[in-house]
Amino acid sequence: MEKFIWAFLIGGGICVIGQLLLDGLKLTPAHTTCALVVVGAILGGLGLYDPLIKFAGAGASIPISSFGNSLVKGALNEYAGVGPIGVLTGIFEVTSAGISAAIIFGFMGALIFRPKG
Amino acid sequence: MSDKKKKKLSPTQQEYQKFAQDREPKRPIFLNCVRAFFVGGLICVIAQGIQMFFMTYYHFSQENAGNPTGAVIIIITVLLTGFGVFDHIAQWAGAGTIIPVTGFANTIASSSIEHRSEGFVLGVGGNMFKLAGPVIVYGVFSAFVVSLVVITLRALGVM
Repeated sequence: MEKFIWAFLIGGGICVIGQLLLDGLKLTPAHTTCALVVVGAILGGLGLYDPLIKFAGAGASIPISSFGNSLVKGALNEYAGVGPIGVLTGIFEVTSAGISAAIIFGFMGALIFRPKG
Repeated sequence: MSDKKKKKLSPTQQEYQKFAQDREPKRPIFLNCVRAFFVGGLICVIAQGIQMFFMTYYHFSQENAGNPTGAVIIIITVLLTGFGVFDHIAQWAGAGTIIPVTGFANTIASSSIEHRSEGFVLGVGGNMFKLAGPVIVYGVFSAFVVSLVVITLRALGVM
C-alpha cells in the first residue's frame, strides 16, 4: 500500500516538473521530454536513479526520465560484461521492450484505426 | 519571442508584438500543475498495480516487472489514441500524460495513424518516429556520453 502512495507522489512530482518546464519556460512537449530524458541519463550515470525506482516503483520507472536511466544502465552493464563494444551493443538492452512494444502496437493501431476529424 | 528576432522587426511590428502579448491568455500554471500531478500520479499508481500483478502471479522480479508493465501501458495508450479518447485526456492533463510512457506511446500511435493515408511504407513507416524520434536521439546520445564519462571516472578510480 505504501508503494502506491510513493508511486503517486513521485510520479506526480516528476509530471509537475514537466508541467513547469512546459508552462514556465514555454518549451514544446518534445523539448520537455528530451530535457527529462537527458536529466534521467545523468542521474542514472551518478547512480541516483535506481535507488529512486527501488523506493517509488512505477512512480519513477513510468515517467520518461527512466528511459534515459535505462539506456545508461544497459550500456554500463554490457560494458562490464563484454568490454568497450558493450557501450554500443548494450544501450538498447533494457529499453528494448518499451521501444519494440511501441513500434509493434503503434503499427497495429495504424492497421486498425482510421484518423479522426 | 527571443530578443534576436525582435531586433529584425520594424517599430510598428514590435508594437504589435507587445500588443498581442498583453492580450495573450495567461497560462494557469498552478492549476495545470495540480492537474499534471493528479493525472501523472494516477497513471503511475495504475502502473504500480499492473507491476504488482505481474510480480505476484507471474513471479517477475521488481526490475524485470517494468518491461511487461510498460508494454501494457503502451497497449492501453494505443487503444485510447485510436478511439480518440486520449486527446481529450491529454488536453486536460498537460504534462500529466506527456511525461509518463503514455506520451511516448501516444506520439508514435497518433503519427502512424495520422499518416496512414500516405501509404503504409512512407506514410506509417516514415512518420512513426516523427514526434518520438527526438526522445530516442537525445536519450541515446546523452546515454553514450554519460556512459563514457562514468567509465573514464571509474578507470581513474574517482567513482
